[in-house]
Amino acid sequence: MNAALEIRGLKKSFGGIAVTQDVHLTMEPGERRLIIGPNGAGKTTLFGLIAGEIRPDAGSIRIFGQDVTRMTVPARARCGLSRTYQIITLFPQDTLAHNVVLGLLAVASLRHNPVTLLRRHTALHDRAVELLEGVGLGSKAMHRVADVSYGEQRRVELAIGLAQAPRLLLLDEPLAGLSQDERTVVQRLIAQVPRETAILMIEHDMDVALEFAEQITVLHYGKVLVEGDRKTVVEHPKTREIYLGH
Amino acid sequence: MNKLALLLLLAALALLPALVGEYYVNLGSQILIAVIFAASLNLLVGYAGLTSLGHAAYLGLSAYIAGWLALRMGMSHAFAAPITLLATTAIGGVFGWIALRASGLSFLMLTLALSQVVWGLAYRWTSVTNGDNGLSGLTRPAPFGIDLENSNAYYWFVLLITVAVMGVIGRLVHSPFGASLRGTKDQARRMSSMGYNVWGIRWCAFVGASFLGAVAGLLYVYFHKYVHPSVLSVTSSAEVLLSVIAGGAGTLAGPAVGAVLVVLLKNYASGYIERWNMLLGAVFVFIVLVMPHGIVPGVRGLLTRGKEGKR
Amino acid sequence: MQFWLTQTFNSLALGGLLLLLSSGFALIFGLMRIANLTHGALFMIGAYVAASAARAGWGFAAAVVLAALATALLGGLIERLILRRLTGNAQAQVLATLGLSFIAADMCLVLWGGDPIPIAPPGWLAGPVDWFGFSFPSYRIAVIGVSVVAAALLYVLMERTRLGARIRAGVDDMPMARAVGIRASALFTSVFCLGALLAGLGGAVGGPMLSAYPGLDADMLPLALIVVILGGVGSLMGTFLASFIIGFLYTFGTALVPDLAYVILFLPMIVVLAFRPSGLMGGARA
Repeated sequence: MNAALEIRGLKKSFGGIAVTQDVHLTMEPGERRLIIGPNGAGKTTLFGLIAGEIRPDAGSIRIFGQDVTRMTVPARARCGLSRTYQIITLFPQDTLAHNVVLGLLAVASLRHNPVTLLRRHTALHDRAVELLEGVGLGSKAMHRVADVSYGEQRRVELAIGLAQAPRLLLLDEPLAGLSQDERTVVQRLIAQVPRETAILMIEHDMDVALEFAEQITVLHYGKVLVEGDRKTVVEHPKTREIYLGH
Repeated sequence: MNKLALLLLLAALALLPALVGEYYVNLGSQILIAVIFAASLNLLVGYAGLTSLGHAAYLGLSAYIAGWLALRMGMSHAFAAPITLLATTAIGGVFGWIALRASGLSFLMLTLALSQVVWGLAYRWTSVTNGDNGLSGLTRPAPFGIDLENSNAYYWFVLLITVAVMGVIGRLVHSPFGASLRGTKDQARRMSSMGYNVWGIRWCAFVGASFLGAVAGLLYVYFHKYVHPSVLSVTSSAEVLLSVIAGGAGTLAGPAVGAVLVVLLKNYASGYIERWNMLLGAVFVFIVLVMPHGIVPGVRGLLTRGKEGKR
Repeated sequence: MQFWLTQTFNSLALGGLLLLLSSGFALIFGLMRIANLTHGALFMIGAYVAASAARAGWGFAAAVVLAALATALLGGLIERLILRRLTGNAQAQVLATLGLSFIAADMCLVLWGGDPIPIAPPGWLAGPVDWFGFSFPSYRIAVIGVSVVAAALLYVLMERTRLGARIRAGVDDMPMARAVGIRASALFTSVFCLGALLAGLGGAVGGPMLSAYPGLDADMLPLALIVVILGGVGSLMGTFLASFIIGFLYTFGTALVPDLAYVILFLPMIVVLAFRPSGLMGGARA
């Protein structure tokens, strides 16, 4: 059985500064792994490398056994990879439903069609509303993104991330900027993600993150400092030293 | 614009030759050709989010190729027209491939450079293009035996094609492909990570825009029965870009409104004011300052605010 | 041999003018992200103002200075009155500068008429200098000199002065620059004026070579754009190199293969850009 994600010897430098140094990481299918580390540890860069937006200087990335190291970003999405963004990147003038439809359309052969009207394809729309209901926003499906709250927009991000039923989902700080109540909602939604989807998450809110994580990777200056299950990592002296506050 | 209003507009346009004299019918033809041209650029500027300053290349190439095929090769219109469209669109594909290696200002520059190359060729390659004298002595086609030399007939011919083109664009914009195109304008990075081939989508839009620009070029050369290198100039590309943006890029009616404005200004202002370019420039600066998203969205905004005020 | 010599000096001189024109454009784009399509018109206005001043009896140097200052002032007005209201809307700014260039071009027609106005170079530079049996065009040499000096001054300004430091900070990271107290508003106006000044200077200095004529703006603007893109936005060295490369391509192209001059000019640029979109030396993405 192939690992959901297998990273070997990944390296990336930007103008002389090594942002990712010899990173090894393995995720099993359905695993929930957390990536933590102080600011500047290279977490977002790692996501960029996995997603394909950044080309590594060395090393390899395999998703479910397939070597994606040289693959373009869209090709990786077709391998079952989805991601959400730390800064909300939705389409503000469009409805919530349309935003999710775009996610669904991306992997449908329909997307090349320049002739029929999109709104006639009700199946897409219905599925989009279903996904929005899954994040508690079914009733606001026809609202514009610009008209819903930040917390709701975060949930739309999640809905889009799940739209393609990914086998590997990258969540980049999904709780950033949310109020306590909103955090609880999103936390619960993440917990409800089906087991077929492995989740790799970057998050700073330690309470939520630790509750979510089965496995944790601690990054420090681009290197994997500590790695293992929750108990191991939390109790590890190095983790305490650099991150959890001595 | 609701269906009834649209039908009334079409009816009014169709009846135009019965209401006004030949001069105005010809003006109408010119306006409609400009509308098609602006609508074609709008695919790039308004929907793909790619600002091109070299769109005149496709109008000009189409006009010259059609002219050359007719004059130098003695080809009949039935063959010349499709070959012209094919050739121009193919060149558009190549130019698009080159220009889309970049984005933003570099893209703008590449489109400008490419159209300048064509312009330069039109001026200098006199053996083919007749240089500064232009190609004259061209004729209009006679599809199904209908003589288009007559102004009214030609006007209706152009109107028919305009309706067809606007219909095609309207469909395209609301199709699945259209949705993916508009997505790439706002959030290219996100579209890419969702699995869309952003470059491919943009290239298709570029090819589509050059095809429709070529259609405008054919109508242009049939109308004037003459083509001169100035049709390929930066000014020509700038005028159509201004029409699109001032009318309202990214709307269906916007480029049409902008095209009407520019052609009317050109024809009327130059009768009364010697320096119509200055007026054109002033009008556009004014629109940019007062309604930066263009006339159509601007007017829509005013109307919505008016309605809200009344409640 | 004389032919090659003359063309070389023509190329270098044209390169010098392009350097003046393009560095201004690059400066404005680099800091304010505005593609100033009025830049060609500013060059032309510089030429016309110098021509008028010369006709009115002013000395050549004085005419050039007047032209540079006049265009600087015009640049400041454009920035403050119009572009400032459109911050954040890049497309609107491009459109505005495009509209302004139409206005400027027609204004020049109204004020100066449709015939080209030649400008006589200062007497002591009018004739060629003869060395070793060859004729060296002295005015062209002077143009090269002026451009190189201006480039050097610009370099010093950017690298060694507080203003230059502020500009570089703004180019690198505007929000951060604001956060450390750099007043963006005054900076933008200064940079736009400086850019305009360089364009006007170029037009005035180029007067004896090119004359002042309607359409000068449309001839020069694409060249400036090519130079900036070829050289890479944000690189003064790139602009420097690209100006002279284009100067050579254009001059020799027109002299040797006039039919294909435009193709020769644009094709290498298209090729370079198609394979290296950031330009020869560029770092900043356009």
